[in-house]
Amino acid sequence: MKDMVTQPILSLRDLSVHRGAAKILDRVTLSLAEGETLALVGESGAGKSTIATALMRLLDGAKVEGSAEMTGAGDLLALSERQMVKLRGRRLSMIFQDAGSALNPSYTVGRQLITVLRRNLGLSKAEARSRAIELFTSVGINDPEGRMSAYPHQLSGGMQQRVMVAIALACNPDLLLADEPTSALDVTIQAQIVRLILAQTKSRGASCIFVLHDLALASQSCDRIVVLYAGQVVEAGPSRDILERHRHPYTKQLKSCVLEIGTKDITAPEGTVPPHSEMPVGCRFATRCPRALPRCAGEAPPLQPARAGADGPLDHHFACWNPE
Amino acid sequence: MIMSQTQTKRPSTAPTPPVFELIEVEQEFSVPQPGRSLFNRDTVGLKALDGVRLSIAQGASLALVGESGSGKSTLLRVLLGLDAPSGGRALYRGKPIREARARGTGFARDVAMVYQDARGSLDPRMTVGQLIAEPLRHFNIVRKGEEAARVAQLIDRVGLPTDAASRYPSGLSGGQVRRVAIARALASEPSVLVADEAVSGLDVSTQAQLLTLLRSLQRDMGLTLVFITHDLGVASYLCEEIAIMYLGRIVETGPTDAVLDTPAHPYSAALRAAAPRFFEPIPEPLPGEIPSPLDLPNGCRFSSRCPAAQEDCRLRDPQLGQQGAGRAVACLHPLTSTGAQASETR
Repeated sequence: MKDMVTQPILSLRDLSVHRGAAKILDRVTLSLAEGETLALVGESGAGKSTIATALMRLLDGAKVEGSAEMTGAGDLLALSERQMVKLRGRRLSMIFQDAGSALNPSYTVGRQLITVLRRNLGLSKAEARSRAIELFTSVGINDPEGRMSAYPHQLSGGMQQRVMVAIALACNPDLLLADEPTSALDVTIQAQIVRLILAQTKSRGASCIFVLHDLALASQSCDRIVVLYAGQVVEAGPSRDILERHRHPYTKQLKSCVLEIGTKDITAPEGTVPPHSEMPVGCRFATRCPRALPRCAGEAPPLQPARAGADGPLDHHFACWNPE
Repeated sequence: MIMSQTQTKRPSTAPTPPVFELIEVEQEFSVPQPGRSLFNRDTVGLKALDGVRLSIAQGASLALVGESGSGKSTLLRVLLGLDAPSGGRALYRGKPIREARARGTGFARDVAMVYQDARGSLDPRMTVGQLIAEPLRHFNIVRKGEEAARVAQLIDRVGLPTDAASRYPSGLSGGQVRRVAIARALASEPSVLVADEAVSGLDVSTQAQLLTLLRSLQRDMGLTLVFITHDLGVASYLCEEIAIMYLGRIVETGPTDAVLDTPAHPYSAALRAAAPRFFEPIPEPLPGEIPSPLDLPNGCRFSSRCPAAQEDCRLRDPQLGQQGAGRAVACLHPLTSTGAQASETR
């Protein structure tokens, strides 16, 4: 089924990450089409950020298995560090959650952007500077020339995040990974930054993976949603299918917790994600699932296509023995 | 406006004074003049709060909402009596908050606080049981022999597992740590609970668990709740009333549903529009960022970002004025047309 997605730019197969005895990511398979935006959603510990960090090959001290084929680059997980250095920033780049700590505090933001441009594109100093000012302008930094000589601490959180977006997009990457890019920002600034990332990736034809915890924001910004629970994909598909025709009880639960303005009733789920030492061998959600059957605890459900009617979407998958 | 500064000290003037009343509260800080040289000592006044009027009745639930830099935390410090306001009056049940606080433990016992950084507010070397017992002892709530039973009762009330009493904060999850902070706040049997972003930064399911807990506590115990949040969904779920702040001022207040259904202030409308909603396209957000309080725009302080600003908005500074039932707005051209123009010209 996965192969029917036209022109995947990235296809992840059975990505597993072990840290000590804990399997923090368990056989994650997903693909991303060219120009597509995908949201990884789930609670903390679900492995959302681990996927992004594993793709950038920035995971330290963890054992990584599986493959991540990127068009024209090969298997990201098998490349040497030297080859990876050539890709980072040029073909794939990442926007981190906390721009304040991701930027280097001892260099001006202009210099940090210029360094990226000179190193990756081989521009001269003057070329890099004028390109940097262009980039700052395109991400909505007012007084871009003045801001070139600002240190990160002199900028607000929203401005720091704009600088990060400018650095990440400096070399027109094909794939952008945005790890909770707005979780530390006010809602008005969040709307600005998400719109900015979407507009910039769309205009460049780039694909984007958002790591989000807000399902409503995911529905507003992404074509497809992958729901993760305790390191496993439990459901994946087009945003509308995931939110309106979901099959997995966890997706339903996650959605019922979203507070929109005017929500007066929420059903708070019981319990928390079990620690890795107590993870059920079968479905990892079984301990908290209202629909759990006896077989769920012992037997892991495979991802299967959701055929919601004859013309159901082909790329909507879920992993559950007793779906909604 | 009532100018009876000396008379209000008599508690018999009003039948039940509101729990908190802020009258034209100002809070000015001295900060180094921007761009001054290293050896220059010049300072300028930064008004973190500027003419705040607010009244919180017994049993009310109020959400304080606004972007960072709007003065929410400064207002909180005034409410808790941690800082004396530099201007105006801040009253607790009719008496100045600072006086009430200085006069014995009554105020501290009655007004409990849940801090934003719950983990940082708990001593890592004390067990959960000790942490909850601390306020019980400090305020002499129960006799020594009943202490353990009361701790167990509080642990159960906030939904922590029974064995939590012997655990340390480091062994608890983010949601559990917040429950401990809530249990500690409830230990002194307060009638007012003030919470600063008590559910932010949590997973949605943990947030949902805490919100249902807070709502049931508020209903069962008749608590007066002051809840600082930046999340309008949280505000509309938990609080009957809302006060929206911008640059040190309350720009709109009223019943939460009414204010969020038909916001009168363009800033309230912008906040509402920016909140994520399923499948709605992300609307054009407000331009720019909250200006520095050292460099306030002329006239209305929102005029520099307001999509509906008109000529006079840059000349006149609107005050918080009545706008329909129980509502007030500080805007020269409020969005809801009914009665808006009438009250404006008056």
